Order: sequence, then C-alpha cells, then structure tokens
Amino acid sequence: MWLMQPFNEGATRLFLGVLLACLALVTVLHLAVPAGHPLHVSAYTVTLLGKYLSYALLAVAVDLVWGYLGILSLGHGAFFALGGYAMGMYLMRQIGDRGTYGDPILPDFMVFLNWDSLPWYWLGFDMPWFAFLMVLLVPGTLALVFGFLAFRSRVTGVYLSIITQAMTFALLLAFFRNEMGFGGNNGLTDFRELLGFDLRTDTTRLGLFLATGLALAMGYVLCRAIVASKLGRVSVACRDAEARTRFLGYRVERFQLFVFVVSAMLAGVAGALYVPQVGIINPSEFSPIFSIEIVLWVALGGRGTLYGAVIGALLVNYAKTVFTGVMPDAWLFALGGMFVLVTVFLPKGVAGLLAYRFKGHRNDPLSSDTTKEASA
Amino acid sequence: MRMIRAFVPGALLLCLLMGLAPMAQAQEDAVQGQALLEALDALSYDAKAEAIEAIIVSGDERSRRWLDELLGGKLQRHKDTGRFVIVLENRGRNWPVVDALTFEDAGEMSRRDLNDIGINNALRGQLQSALAVLDLYRDDADDRRDAARELLGSVDASMVEPLREVITTEDDAEVRRLLEQGLAIHRLNEGDIDAIAELEGSLNGRVRAALNSAARSDDTLVADAASAALVDIEQKLRLNSGLETLYFGLSLGSVLVLAAIGLAITFGVMGVINMAHGELIMLGAYTTWAMQQLLPGQPGLALVLSIPAGFLVAALAGIAIERSVIQFLKGRPLETLLATFGVSLILQQLVRTVISPQNRTVVSPDWMSGSLMINEGLSLTLNRLFVLGFSLVVFACLMLVMSRTRLGLEVRAVTQNRAMARSMGIRATRVDIMTFALGAGVAGLAGVALSQLTNVGPNLGQNYIIDSFMVVVFGGVGNLWGTLVAGLSLGVINQVIEPWVGAVLAKIIVLVFIILFIQKRPRGLFPQKGRAAEG
Repeated sequence: MWLMQPFNEGATRLFLGVLLACLALVTVLHLAVPAGHPLHVSAYTVTLLGKYLSYALLAVAVDLVWGYLGILSLGHGAFFALGGYAMGMYLMRQIGDRGTYGDPILPDFMVFLNWDSLPWYWLGFDMPWFAFLMVLLVPGTLALVFGFLAFRSRVTGVYLSIITQAMTFALLLAFFRNEMGFGGNNGLTDFRELLGFDLRTDTTRLGLFLATGLALAMGYVLCRAIVASKLGRVSVACRDAEARTRFLGYRVERFQLFVFVVSAMLAGVAGALYVPQVGIINPSEFSPIFSIEIVLWVALGGRGTLYGAVIGALLVNYAKTVFTGVMPDAWLFALGGMFVLVTVFLPKGVAGLLAYRFKGHRNDPLSSDTTKEASA
Repeated sequence: MRMIRAFVPGALLLCLLMGLAPMAQAQEDAVQGQALLEALDALSYDAKAEAIEAIIVSGDERSRRWLDELLGGKLQRHKDTGRFVIVLENRGRNWPVVDALTFEDAGEMSRRDLNDIGINNALRGQLQSALAVLDLYRDDADDRRDAARELLGSVDASMVEPLREVITTEDDAEVRRLLEQGLAIHRLNEGDIDAIAELEGSLNGRVRAALNSAARSDDTLVADAASAALVDIEQKLRLNSGLETLYFGLSLGSVLVLAAIGLAITFGVMGVINMAHGELIMLGAYTTWAMQQLLPGQPGLALVLSIPAGFLVAALAGIAIERSVIQFLKGRPLETLLATFGVSLILQQLVRTVISPQNRTVVSPDWMSGSLMINEGLSLTLNRLFVLGFSLVVFACLMLVMSRTRLGLEVRAVTQNRAMARSMGIRATRVDIMTFALGAGVAGLAGVALSQLTNVGPNLGQNYIIDSFMVVVFGGVGNLWGTLVAGLSLGVINQVIEPWVGAVLAKIIVLVFIILFIQKRPRGLFPQKGRAAEG
C-alpha cells in the first residue's frame, strides 16, 4: 500500500525514530524527574515544545507545496488560522455558562456586542466531531476554490505568491471586524476544556504535546508517501518544467490542486493543535508577515526535503523565543538577516549542509534540483 | 422679538456714523462706557436687549469688541468692585483679564470673583446678526463675505433699506451676490414668488432651508416653484458629491500610483520582486522629516529640498540592496522575494532603533494646507491636489526617461534580451544598478509625498507594499501606463463603494476583486505582447 511505502525508506525511519524518541524523552523528563532537578522539563516547556511541533507540521505542509510543487504560497498562515478558528469555536462553545456573562450558549464577546442568537456558521461547533471535521474542511474548501481558480487559469510563480498574500491580507482585515462574529481584534480566548479534559492541567498539556508530535509524524508520513508516489513524481515534474509536463499529457492543474488542498488541510490541523496549547487565536495569525515567516522556516531548514522543514521550524522558533526574551529589539534584525543569508548563501538550507556532510554529493534525486526555478 | 430685531438697523446706523463722522468718537469717555455696560448687567433679558441696542446706537468705537466678548461669554464683572473686565483666557483658577473700558491689562483675577453677563439663545442669534452687519464694513473682503453669509436667512423688514444701501457701495461681487440672496430669502418669506428665481441653483444650506419652508407654504404657486428649485439644487448637490468622491478616489489612486510606479520599474521591467519597496518609501518620508529638523521654521523650503534628497537617499539604499543581495539571486524571483523581505525587516527595525518606534510629525507648509473652493458644496483639499499633481509629474518624467533617454533604451534592451543586449555592447550589470536605483528613487519620491498625507512611522512602508503589488499586477507587469490606469481606477473604485460598506470592507472587496481578476486575465489589464510576454 502506497501509504506504507515511506516506512521502507531509511531516512523516514530515522526521522520517525528521532521524533518518537524525543517525545518519549520529554515525557519521561517531565513526569519522572522531580521538579527542581536540572533535567526536569516543566509544563511550560512542554507546551512551548508542543507549539513548536505544530509549527513544524505547518512547515511540512508548506514544504509540500513549495518544495515539491514549486508553488510559493505566502498565504499558508490563512489555512493555519482557519483551522485554529474552527478549533477555537469548538473550545468557545465548551465554555458554556462559565463565561463572564454566564450565557449558556453565546460566547462572551457576542453578549458584549448585544447579539441575541448564534450566527448560523457557529451552529454545530459544540459537537467535537463536527468541529474537527471543519478543521479539515474549511481550509480545504478555501484551498480548493482558490486553487481551482488560480491553477485553471495558470496563475503561477510570482503572481500566485502575490495573490496568496492578498488572500491572507483580505482575511486578516475581515477577521478584524467585530461584525464577522469571530471576536474581532481580541479573537477567541479563555478556553476551559477540550473533550472534557481541563486545558489548565499539566497532564492535558502533556497529552496535547504528544498528540501534536504524533500528528507531525503522521503528516510527515503522509507527505512522504505522496512525494514518493507516482503523483509526487508528476508534481516534481510540474515544479521543474510545468509546460513540458503539460505537453506530455498530464493535467497539471489537477495535480497542483490535489497537493495544494492536502497541504492546506495539514496546515489547518496544525492550527487546530496550536490553539489549545497557546490558549488564544486572533487575527494576527492571518498577517502576511507570519506567512512569510513560515516560508523562511522551510528555506532555512532546506526546501524539498520535508525533514528540513521540521528542523527549520524548530530552529527559527527556538531562536525567536531566546531572542525576544533576551533582547527583543534584535529579533527583527536576526530574522531579516536570516532571510538574506539563507537565500544568498545557503540555498539548500540546513538539510543541504547535512546531506553534504554525511552523504557527500550523493543527494536524494528528488531534492537535487530544488533551487533551480522553472520560471525564467 | 421685534424689539431685539431693532439692533440691526441700529448697527447699520452705527456703521454709517463710524464711516462718515469719525470726530464724534473723540468725546467718548469712561463714564459713558461704564453706564452702557451697567445697563447690560440687568436681570431680565428684555432689559439686556435694550442695553445692547443702546450700545449699538451709542456709536462707541469699543462697542464691537464689547458685543463680540459678550457673545463669547468673556465680558464679565467683578463681584465686589463692579469693574467690567474682559477675560483673555478662562483656564485654571486665575484668569488674565483686561479692563473693559480701556482695554488695558488688568492683571489676573480669581474666577470666583467674576460674574459673567448671561445671554440667552434669542439674544445670541440677534447679536450674531448685528455683528455681521458691523462686519459688512470691514476692510477685508473675506470678512465681508463671511458677514454676508451670516446674514442669509436672518434679514428682516427693517434691514432691507440699509442693506440696499450697502449693496450700492459694495465693490466685491461675491458680497453683493450674497446680500442679494439674503434679501431674496426675506422676500420669499414674505411670499414673493419672483424671489425664487434669484435663489435657484444656490448650494447654501440656509437658502435650501428657506426654500424648504417655502415649499411647505399655503400658497401653492410659491410652494410649487420652491419645490422645483429644490429639485434642481438637489441634483446639483448630487453632482457635487459625485465629483467629491471622484476627487477623493483620484487622490487615493494617485497615492497608489506613486507607491506602485517604482515597483512597476523594478518588478515590471527588471523582474525583480522587491519586498523592501515599502521601506524605500518609508526612507523618503523620513528624509522629509529629517530635512525639516535641519531647517526649522521653513517647512516649505525643506519639503522642496526633500524631493531631490528623498530620491537620492532611497536610490542609494536601492543600490546597496541591489549590490548586496539581488545581484546574487538573478533568475530566482522567489528567492529574491524572500531576501528582500528580510531587508525590509532590517530597515524597519533600523528606523525603530535609530530614530524611534513612534510616529514623527511632518509639518505641511502654509501653501499646502487649506483647500481650494470650487463652489459652496465642493472644496478640494490642497495637499491632496498637490500630491495628485506630483504623481502625474513623476509619472510623466518616468515615461520620458524610459522612452527618450539612453538609459531607457538600454533598460528596454536588457529586459527584452539580455544576452543580445550585452553582445551589442550594453553593460547589463550597470543597467541593472541604474534601473534599480531609479525604481528605488521613485519610491523615495512617493515617501516625500506621503509624508504630507499620513503619519511617518516605521510601519509606513508595510501599509503600502501589498497595495502596490496589487496595482502593478492589476495593471499588467512591465507596463507603466497600466500602473497609472490601475492605480487611479482602484482608488476610485475604493472610494465609490466605501460609503455603502465601510472602509475595511471596501478594501477587502477590492482585494477579492483583484484576486478574481487575475484568474480571468493572469497578465493584468494591459498584458505585454510579443517576445517580452514569453517566459
């Protein structure tokens, strides 16, 4: 079966092994090592790592379209945020009458706005299965419609990047409006429990961390399976020579659309796992700068390798945590510098360095040509 | 009411006296002034009305200021000494005052010791008319126009004759026209149907109010004529508001064109995605600010000097970016996008660290503030008019550079076929630098202009980068005319839908419109044709 195919690859098994070992290590250090011991991992750190892992899943989603399809999406933050909002809406409904205003149905911000009933698009979000389905369907549908229009008329390259950016910018503006019914500027917050587990307890946090880790593992395997399949090979062909692939008889736009939608859904799942861990979702996740940052994670880690995306997401976000804590002013300098240095001096990213170090020049055939653009 | 109305002819009389017989004023003394003001401090408003009339007919040259200060509530009386004073500033506990009789400085008085001389709304309205009549004799034509405007709708029978007099001696046509309108309103109120003809087409709110009340009158002839005149006026008003929307739209569009035109060169002609374009605009705006810091007190000169300075600063920054980053990423547009985005972050943070994270104020010179009045319903703000003109001039200059100069020729050659151009002896690298510097410099010019319209802060550029790309892509890459048309039309579209849906939703609608438009015509409004279109 094609989905099991990746388990035969050495690199994938190595990646999964390292990931699962890290998950187990963090769990042990958190539960078994007493607090105060230097090796103890606090609940705060567990949540922080969980956040990084959800970013890593997002980066894998972006790498799938950028690295293997050649589409630089500057709007993946929108899919991430939509998944996050779907999860946030479920969590809001779970608050019930424990909000400040004690309304059994309406979230606090709606009571504040003097709304007397739930808007239609909030219906059903009290049921977890429906909300989780929406985490996949809302970003997926947006990607389907957007991608269908764009790929059908062969909008590619820079144009596509710019209109994906316009898409997330338009959503940013829209979600800032109170009338939209998503909490406006403040977004959704004050969550209490998820599937009956109190979000404030350490065990729930550990559970979310592990769930995010497993989601990352599954997302990775899924992407790996896609790129190793015949479909993946065609999409790489689209990346490297779109016109030639079309002339060979492939319906390029269908391959592009399929991969784009899968990627958007993965981003939605990442957003849904991110929200309960940070405890808030607001329109800032739609901001174009966030979407570009995701691309940087992928570029830094190494485009077109998948594991590079994970490494990049973890490295950049760890650096961000350190920098914003120690000297907040310097973070934008560091981030900007990374953009420039990686693109100019490190076009294959950290993964490229690793491959060079351990394998010599014997690169993975899929990632050998990643830096060469199909467009002129 | 009738009695209060009597001020106005009194005021006219006073003016005639002041104008014709100045020697009468020499005899005024403090005693008489004190007596006139004493009468004002009466309990009943009727008594006050009489006292005001007495002041007007007295012909005292101080009366104008007294009435003015009375209207503003600044004419006050000391509780214990009974001395009349004029409060200069009523903030804090102690107020600086001047003597009401001599207008000489009287130090400060505690506000607890002062009583103001109260007036009611009826008195206030009539005082305004009386003052307006007094103002009809001022030297400045603008003051006289304001005074005549003030009189619209408050002319009564007793004022008709004196105002006719004024009209015969007035030499300003606008004042005469306004006074005629005031008289016509009076005649309309008396039921004169011919007066409507004189009021037709006026956009003044008071004329409309008079016509509105006439349209409801019992005399059906007058009512019909007034309604017809009103329909006419409404139509004119709609036209005016349409013109105003168009003006705001063109103004917004000109800002978009300015911001995007530099991008049209670097992105459209060179194919380089410069995400730091917004920050180059920001640098231009900060250059204006810095220039004003260097030349304090001369905002106009500073602004004029900022035009070349802003161009130079941004162009040099552009050259630095081209040499340090972009030249290594030739033919890799997506990587260029990421790298220049990094540059934009660095520039933003640099401004935050070196200057300040707060917005800076850039002063507008006098000749750019204010507005150009087309008619009573439509006035165009001067700063927006200047920016509109400026963007057209910049556009024309760029077109000239691209089509008539050696540089433009070389740029077009390198764009169309780099290898061929090089073999013809064109130094392509140098052309790259010059083109990028030109695009960056124009961004600097946009910044200079924007500093007159918006806040100058580290986020200035970010706010324009997405819009600029939209304009270039909408207009068609590689086509300067497309950028002009796209910018102006997007600005107008935005302003036209804004009244219905609000500013934010209007922006969203425009963005969605462009996204859909690109699906339909992936190469924009004016796609490139021929060999340049391939690739």
